Amino acid sequence: MKQKDEIDFSSGLSCPIPKSDYEHVLLAHGGGGTLSHQLISKLFFSQFDNEFLNEQHDSAILPLLSLRQAGFNVDKSKLAFTTDSYVVQPIFFPGGNIGELAVNGTVNDLVVAGAKPVYISVGFIIEEGLLIEDLWKIVLSMKEAARKSGVKIVTGDTKVVDKGKGDKIFINTSGIGVIKEGINISPKRCKPGDKIILSGRIADHGIAIMSAREGLEFETAIVSDTAPLIDLLDCIEKFGDKIHVMRDPTRGGLASSLNEIAEIANVGMLIDEEKISILDEVKGACEILGLDPLYIANEGKMIAIVANDIADDLLKEWRDKELGKEAEIIGEVTSENSGTVVMKTTIGSKRIVDMISGEQLPRIC
Amino acid sequence: MTKCIFNEDTQMKYLDEFRDGKAARKLSAEIKSVVTKPWQIMEICGGQTHSILKYSIEELLPEEITLIHGPGCPVCVTPLELIDKAISIAQREDVIFTSFGDMLRVPGSKHDLLSVKAKGGNVKMVYSPLDAVKIAENNPEKNVVFFAVGFETTAPANAMSVIEAKRRGIKNYSILCSHVLVPPAIEALLSSKNNNIQGFLAAGHVCAVMGYNEYFPIAEKYNVPIVVTGFEPIDILQGILLTVKQLEVGKFEVQNQYSRVVTSEGNISAQKLLEEVFERTDRKWRGIGNIPSSGFKLKDEYSDYDAEKIFKVENIETEESPLCIAGEVLQGIKKPIECSAFGKECTPEHPLGAPMVSTEGACAAYFHYGKVKKEKHVIASEAKQS
Repeated sequence: MKQKDEIDFSSGLSCPIPKSDYEHVLLAHGGGGTLSHQLISKLFFSQFDNEFLNEQHDSAILPLLSLRQAGFNVDKSKLAFTTDSYVVQPIFFPGGNIGELAVNGTVNDLVVAGAKPVYISVGFIIEEGLLIEDLWKIVLSMKEAARKSGVKIVTGDTKVVDKGKGDKIFINTSGIGVIKEGINISPKRCKPGDKIILSGRIADHGIAIMSAREGLEFETAIVSDTAPLIDLLDCIEKFGDKIHVMRDPTRGGLASSLNEIAEIANVGMLIDEEKISILDEVKGACEILGLDPLYIANEGKMIAIVANDIADDLLKEWRDKELGKEAEIIGEVTSENSGTVVMKTTIGSKRIVDMISGEQLPRIC
Repeated sequence: MTKCIFNEDTQMKYLDEFRDGKAARKLSAEIKSVVTKPWQIMEICGGQTHSILKYSIEELLPEEITLIHGPGCPVCVTPLELIDKAISIAQREDVIFTSFGDMLRVPGSKHDLLSVKAKGGNVKMVYSPLDAVKIAENNPEKNVVFFAVGFETTAPANAMSVIEAKRRGIKNYSILCSHVLVPPAIEALLSSKNNNIQGFLAAGHVCAVMGYNEYFPIAEKYNVPIVVTGFEPIDILQGILLTVKQLEVGKFEVQNQYSRVVTSEGNISAQKLLEEVFERTDRKWRGIGNIPSSGFKLKDEYSDYDAEKIFKVENIETEESPLCIAGEVLQGIKKPIECSAFGKECTPEHPLGAPMVSTEGACAAYFHYGKVKKEKHVIASEAKQS
């Protein structure tokens, strides 16, 4: 299995707040005084560095001209705006950390609306006592995630809460993206005959978090699939409004995403269990823990529901990309069983795949 | 004399083979070719019920065969009094209450353990009772209680946790014990005047621990074939085939379909742990009633680890929902969809009875896997309108 690129924290960039000054985040780091200023300027500004952030306004001021210069037809485009909060525990897990997840997650929420992410905001809620070194690692990986997606972190906020009133660090990110002319993504556009394409294997993220949290060990480490899905958007923009729906099946997994769409669009779906790829180790972990991988979170997968006549072309485009090399057409939209997802099982029978009730795993993102 | 038949042809090797479509169709055809009359077969274990629903195995069976879902859902049969006791103990400030996940959502008379957690109670989900022992070791100022629920399958690990706590001198660990045993439940079902079960798929994992020698006298006394069966779709189809073959020729024997895991004598080391820590006791089964000698309790020499003795919870007044027919569902008398509250007042989000909560509960299986699609939609739309 290919290991994900990891940032080398040991060389090059070392934390600008030396251990001898402060080893841990203190309440005063969020108090607005000297320590706050030091934290913001040394850790955040130095890494997130861009012309909008560096203005240091209370709000980021974003000239429309900059979008024009980036090649968007501002008059004919639409803005997408999203927000999400990240409370994953543990904050460092195989394949990533909370910072990377917070950037990728918001980027992906924009991507699946058909938007090219451009700006994001970051709000940190830090529990007193967090190691500055850990915060530094988180900041570096956020910087790297933003670079990979081509987004700028243009505004932010930091609060520190008393020890015991948080859980190390929570991060909120909001994002703005631009939807190009001709793209029209909406669950309501899903219609019978459409094909359902999944960009790769499922359940890696949830099980990676679970094994880190519960100390489960497998022969091969299961790593989170956290990744920005921007490459998968870039190669399908040309299909325009033939792309009807996109989703990233995060919390609640593939099953919940498909159910949501089926319910909103009032259509049925028939998926094929044999086409849904799951890593053997993940399958094994799910067997042991009594979990159903269809409901386990992903952080780097995309579902696209598209017109039948472009499904094969899109599949080919995705399979040429690293993130989509295991893509499959997993099923189709039907007029029967509206509001319901039905799966053809490996033994050839059919069953309903229901919406999950409650949480299979708490705090996975 | 009843004897065990072992058929090498029924052995398979890898998990994927047990979910193979071709093998399933072959078995389905074989069952259809053998069956000549209607037969009612009970799968004891809730894990098997879930596989049957998850893979829609009934689609592959001839209409002569009716599967009746058994009481093998430990969470479902845990008495209400004990859940109320657990809730009462979990509310104490000096307690960290630990449990497997399923148990947390099982409704007590008034609320469940998750709502105790939401109100500030220290309730933790663990994956092994040994994790609870570790929590006790790390929190010497607290009493750590583990909710020891389950059949013969989970009992050895729970026994081990008590032995381990004793060995390490951990005095702040105890278990709230409600273990139940399968063979007495089978006998209770067979001797009931409502009995309509003609053959059993015995629970493979229970037999992995206990072996299947206990089943020979039952098969002989009640004239029922008992086939020790695994949990994958192919296992279950094979188990059904073996049962039907016996029924059709009037045989009543114990057979082992799950021979890749189960031996006749079972896991001797696990049984030794059970003997060391537990003794048999009469046990009340939720929805079913008292079954003689159908449970384990801690032996007197381990009473220091018995949460019921440490926390003397009294004045428990239990109150079951009058709408819930869990008892009849657990005895196989009614199917979940025959319940008037199914999918309406009772859903996995707002369960009235335990079978709607547990991953092994029949009601939850029917709800999740949409056993009767039409009915479910009617129910869902009615629920929306009301």
